[in-house]
Amino acid sequence: MTAYFQSLGMSHDWAWFVATVCGILLIAVPLLVAVAMTIYADRKIWAAMALRRGPNVVGPWGLLQSFADGLKVFLQETIVPSASNKGLFLIAPIVTFTVALLAWAVIPFNSGAVLADLNVGLLYILAISSLGIYGVVVAGWASNSKYPFFSAMRAAAQMISYEVSIGFILICVVLWAGSFNLNDIILAQRGHIFGLLNGFAFNPLLFPMWVMFLISALAETARAPFDLTEVESELVAGYQTEYSSMAFAAYWLGEYANVLLMCALNAVLFFGGWLPPLDWAPLYWIPGWIWLFAKIGFFFFVFSWVKATVPRYRYDQLMRLGWKVFLPVSLLWVVLVSGYLMLTRYGV
Amino acid sequence: MPRTLKPMRRIGRGGAGFMIHILAFYLFAVLTIASGAITILARNPVHSVLWLILAFFNAAGLMVLVGAEFIAMLLVIVYVGAVAVLFLFVVMMLDIDFAELRAGFIKNFPLGILIALVLLAEIVLGVGAYQAGAMQLGTPDGSAATPVGASNIEAIGALLYGRYLFLFEAAGIILLVAMIGAIVLTHRQRTDVRGQDISKQIARRPDEATVNTQPEIGKGVQL
Repeated sequence: MTAYFQSLGMSHDWAWFVATVCGILLIAVPLLVAVAMTIYADRKIWAAMALRRGPNVVGPWGLLQSFADGLKVFLQETIVPSASNKGLFLIAPIVTFTVALLAWAVIPFNSGAVLADLNVGLLYILAISSLGIYGVVVAGWASNSKYPFFSAMRAAAQMISYEVSIGFILICVVLWAGSFNLNDIILAQRGHIFGLLNGFAFNPLLFPMWVMFLISALAETARAPFDLTEVESELVAGYQTEYSSMAFAAYWLGEYANVLLMCALNAVLFFGGWLPPLDWAPLYWIPGWIWLFAKIGFFFFVFSWVKATVPRYRYDQLMRLGWKVFLPVSLLWVVLVSGYLMLTRYGV
Repeated sequence: MPRTLKPMRRIGRGGAGFMIHILAFYLFAVLTIASGAITILARNPVHSVLWLILAFFNAAGLMVLVGAEFIAMLLVIVYVGAVAVLFLFVVMMLDIDFAELRAGFIKNFPLGILIALVLLAEIVLGVGAYQAGAMQLGTPDGSAATPVGASNIEAIGALLYGRYLFLFEAAGIILLVAMIGAIVLTHRQRTDVRGQDISKQIARRPDEATVNTQPEIGKGVQL
């Protein structure tokens, strides 16, 4: 894109700057629309599984429901509790929302279509997703209220616990792909099994890692069945109890942007990203971004499906799963995968 | 070939890119020092931790500017993502008496100054030794470290798992021993609480856990 703006008569530096800003807008604006539509999709899927109709009044088939909700929330009064720590109370939702958008900078949408092609792309995503905790923890503390504080403590412990096993799972993928660059990881999955199936998830050794990554992603984004940070039966509405209006909306949007990011990571790391599922020439006629979006949509359906069907975990069960099951198993798998690669690829 | 995290380098010296590089350096440096200072000066310990996080973050920005993107990411993942969260976790749960804290400040002041002086001396010595060219970074014998690949992940990996393998493993063992020590010191075997045996719970079947009875009216059930 830099070359295009240079052809309009800009200097190289300015063209680079304008191209980057355009790239950011090209990702952020569609992402926000996509978040609005996924909230609608989530409610529709959930309703269908409960044999209800779901939103169906605003716009055709209720398609504009999320935008109506957004407008409603926007027109509400922002209430800042008098006992709260005002600065931090208002900064916290901004942090959550910004961090949820930041990680999308390194997701490749097609061959070469990526805003920042970092060679530490996966580490960047780990770093950014670990920042997401602060929005929640600071909100819980700054609210100066009992239930938000409990929720913040739960969220911090939960996210740290599952980040450890996610780290080990990602190491397995990185070992196999031989790179931290997301584009290289996708290309390493081309024709991975029998020269036909594109994706690490079809590899028998990495398949268990994919299952664990999916479950850890649910826990990391605090989705059902691990939504212990906002259990209505115990904690009112969790860390966002005291929030209203746009501050509340920022959490809402940020949460769904994070869920979409986790779906995108599932697609990129285990199902070949923008590659079609089969390494077969006619499938490549369909543009890569359509494959990526189809995969993200599929994983979002799985997330909604789990939310509609699986009962909520107890907190001690959540901690047990993270520390006593996922951590040892993923650690063992790092040893297995590196041992296998040493035997077959590198030769002892 | 993936672009590394330093777009300004490509543009070269002299142009607007160089200006942005300089501006970014001073922005990160000033913010690091300022947030470090406020970390000490802030009255509320939770605010202190949050300013400390900002300092870590800006230090990561400085690392990116010198082209050490791997170190920058590790700084954010390890310090901001894990260490500082635990800090915040503990500090938030503490019930801190501010008056007592401020009384302790005067008492500990000389010790604090001493530590600060030692740290300053170490930095001056380190920079002095580096300026004098006593030792090139990376290799003990004085020859310049040879980067293996284009990315500094590969360079660090080759050094850590090659030349410094035993030191690296020794550090790992020390950490492992520290972790086991912490667990042994804090773990208590309590007999007065009812624990759960998860496998026993999962193995329970309805026919051994429930009974189906048809009690006579007025008799009740024996459980």
